[in-house]
Amino acid sequence: MKFIRKQLDKVKPHFDEGGKFEKYAPAYYGIETFLFVPNHTTKHGAHIRDGIDLKRVMITVVIALLPALIFGIWNIGYQNMGDGQGFWDYFIFGAIRFLPMVIVSYGVGLGIEFAYAIFRGHDVNEGYLVTGLLIPMIMPIDFPLWMLAVSVVFAVVIGKEAFGGTGMNILNPALVARAFALFSYAPYMSGNTVWVADSVADGVSGETILGALAGGVDPGTSVFDMFMGYIPGSVGETSVLMISIGAVLLLATGIASWRIMLSTLIGGALMAFLFNIIGSSTNELLNFPWWQHLLVGGFAFGLVFMATDPVSGAQTNTGKWIYGFLIGVFAILIRVVNPTLPEGMMMAILLMNVFAPTIDHYIVEGNVKRRKKRLQKVNV
Amino acid sequence: MSTDIKFRKGLTIKLKGGANHQISQANRSKIFAINPPVFHGIKPKMSVKVGDRVKVGDAVFYAKQNDQIKFTAPVSGEIKEIVRGAKRKILSIEIIADTEDTFVDFGAKTPGKLAGPQVKESLLESGCWPMIKQRPYDVIANPSESPKSIFISAYDTAPLAASYAVTLEGREQEFQAGIDALSKLTEGKVHLSTGSSASFLNEIKGVVLHKVSGKHPAGNVGVQIAKVDPVNSGDRVWVVNPQDVASIGSLFLTGKYNPTKIVALAGSQVDKPQYYKVIQGTRIKDIVGGNLKSGKSRMISGNPLTGTAVGLNGFLGFYHDSISVLPEGDHYSFFGWMPFIGNHKFSMSRTFFSWLTPNKEYDLDTNLNGEERAFVMTGEMEKVLPMDVYPMQLLKATMIQDIEKMENLGIYEVAPEDFALIDFISTSKIEAQQIIREGLDLMIKEVG
Repeated sequence: MKFIRKQLDKVKPHFDEGGKFEKYAPAYYGIETFLFVPNHTTKHGAHIRDGIDLKRVMITVVIALLPALIFGIWNIGYQNMGDGQGFWDYFIFGAIRFLPMVIVSYGVGLGIEFAYAIFRGHDVNEGYLVTGLLIPMIMPIDFPLWMLAVSVVFAVVIGKEAFGGTGMNILNPALVARAFALFSYAPYMSGNTVWVADSVADGVSGETILGALAGGVDPGTSVFDMFMGYIPGSVGETSVLMISIGAVLLLATGIASWRIMLSTLIGGALMAFLFNIIGSSTNELLNFPWWQHLLVGGFAFGLVFMATDPVSGAQTNTGKWIYGFLIGVFAILIRVVNPTLPEGMMMAILLMNVFAPTIDHYIVEGNVKRRKKRLQKVNV
Repeated sequence: MSTDIKFRKGLTIKLKGGANHQISQANRSKIFAINPPVFHGIKPKMSVKVGDRVKVGDAVFYAKQNDQIKFTAPVSGEIKEIVRGAKRKILSIEIIADTEDTFVDFGAKTPGKLAGPQVKESLLESGCWPMIKQRPYDVIANPSESPKSIFISAYDTAPLAASYAVTLEGREQEFQAGIDALSKLTEGKVHLSTGSSASFLNEIKGVVLHKVSGKHPAGNVGVQIAKVDPVNSGDRVWVVNPQDVASIGSLFLTGKYNPTKIVALAGSQVDKPQYYKVIQGTRIKDIVGGNLKSGKSRMISGNPLTGTAVGLNGFLGFYHDSISVLPEGDHYSFFGWMPFIGNHKFSMSRTFFSWLTPNKEYDLDTNLNGEERAFVMTGEMEKVLPMDVYPMQLLKATMIQDIEKMENLGIYEVAPEDFALIDFISTSKIEAQQIIREGLDLMIKEVG
């Protein structure tokens, strides 16, 4: 530790003002502040500060993602090989398939982040630590790496940096990557063959539950399997149990908004329940029990890790209730009624990302009106 | 008769080194100072030259924008130096103190029998006027205006704050006289808020008494005003610190400007934290000297959230009744962002385990614990601002200097100190107090 500090202090002068590599200072500080929380002391305002910072927040989210990630890697192997193998056989198979995606996502994404930081002369923001892990977790396992790289470039450049970088983006960058991939490379992003590794070559059925239901077939998966996540799907999304562990961590630390999580759950449950009442003889999705709707597809993953993104979500407390509720409603609505998209969570969140500022505007406007009314009362 | 005000939002920060309830007489400094920058927005015009002799209560300088507002000497002696900074801005006026003070006699009066303008004149002439600040803008009140009400908060919830039970002890008569005088300045009411403890404050006449409870910033006069009699566009509300109320009372009872006050010396870097009886403008060294622990310390005139960093050779601020000494935090911490590690630090979030020990006192240093970032987290600022104001939206409107939006979102109701906890809790290390101060200055310039 002291050794690393010494080495950093040795090269630091080159990056300071007037140094040889002055231009690259943001890159140096990106690495230095990752290794050490800097020795900066308070200059203005409060002399003492809370121990929290953005790095700690982002890393906490990464930790919350780990249970779903580890299970997801295992499940890649399990879905491909079927029963009868050991844990490590599944896990190593999954890791070999999945880690390159993580490396590409972080490599490309962080590369762009560092380049922008140097180009614009600002600090490297931590937001991509989470985004970079989310992106491979919501992609099909057979998704070609170069397509992944292109999607990441689009998400970071158009989805985030074009708006001014971390904190300024309107849409959730990870979902921008996924939406881009879906519309650009549709055959690799949907259908029955992409959700299990090598499903065509190995002759394994890669059909998801929602895919089967949309096709009018009840896949007959047990509720236990749905909850545990022994089903085909994107890497991160299948295990409701593991996602719940992450959710508990995010809620306990207070990092994710419980308002958004709860209201999304209520919205989705209500909408699915409504569809159950309506029923249908042609669309199996209407008859699929409402509470099972919450266990399948990307609903749980989106609810915990995507809808709660504080930057692209609603920012006022009341707004969060409305925002979350509508995400739940639209996710199920799109899933059940839209014939082209078997899953609606991504579209629902992106849609509400767009409307979040509008929702907040009306909530804040309420406060403004209250203030004006008070003034009028005094003047009368 | 009193009403209860309860605040649910907020955050109490418990720090090591709270002052013991013991009062000592501080050594008399050889040099005292008045620092004009303490009086925000005031452009000083000197009334004296270097070498002039002054008595306690003699004007040293006055405000350029209103020559009625005088700032008077806290001790008698000789003007030693007028310290100037960039653009010849006056930073400090230093006075070599006599061993024994001589006073200007303003004549003892009974405030109850005076009319408003006479009270005003006494306060202006004696140098007591700067004790009265106004909302909006958190600056010295304009004597040509009349406030809709006056607020005095005798309840301080800030970390390491001085207890009014100690600092006001034995000043009952002076306090009552001060209230009598202040009540002549407004058509409206004088509001006095206290904590739950029993004290003479509960027996003060001529005020509306409020019993305040809750976490910090419950004791901030600003959040109390917002609850009781909110500031609208065009309104003026005046606020006075409790010890200054007693000083105002003392002026009328004795005819002398009374610059003595009791301050708490507190903080984890203080060997024996306790209270001292001092005179305004005392040199920090003369209060702190010999009572410090080893290690690099930061001296703060005021509390750790809103105070001003001063060196040992700095001076006690006019509005401050505490000196906090904290360890400097200019150190690196290896992987210091790792969640759930580093539980000697305090956090409102639960990414530390500090929430498991709510009664623990912390030894916090001045490290920023991170770097400044764009606004990312939402909902955290609202937790520590018990007002009907959207803090993040107001901060953003202020940063882009959108005056109409600032007005709409309640800039008139806030003071920098109300945003001190937002400085503290902000994940992105947003300098909220500074932003609000600059916003208020903009409003003074554009709206007035």
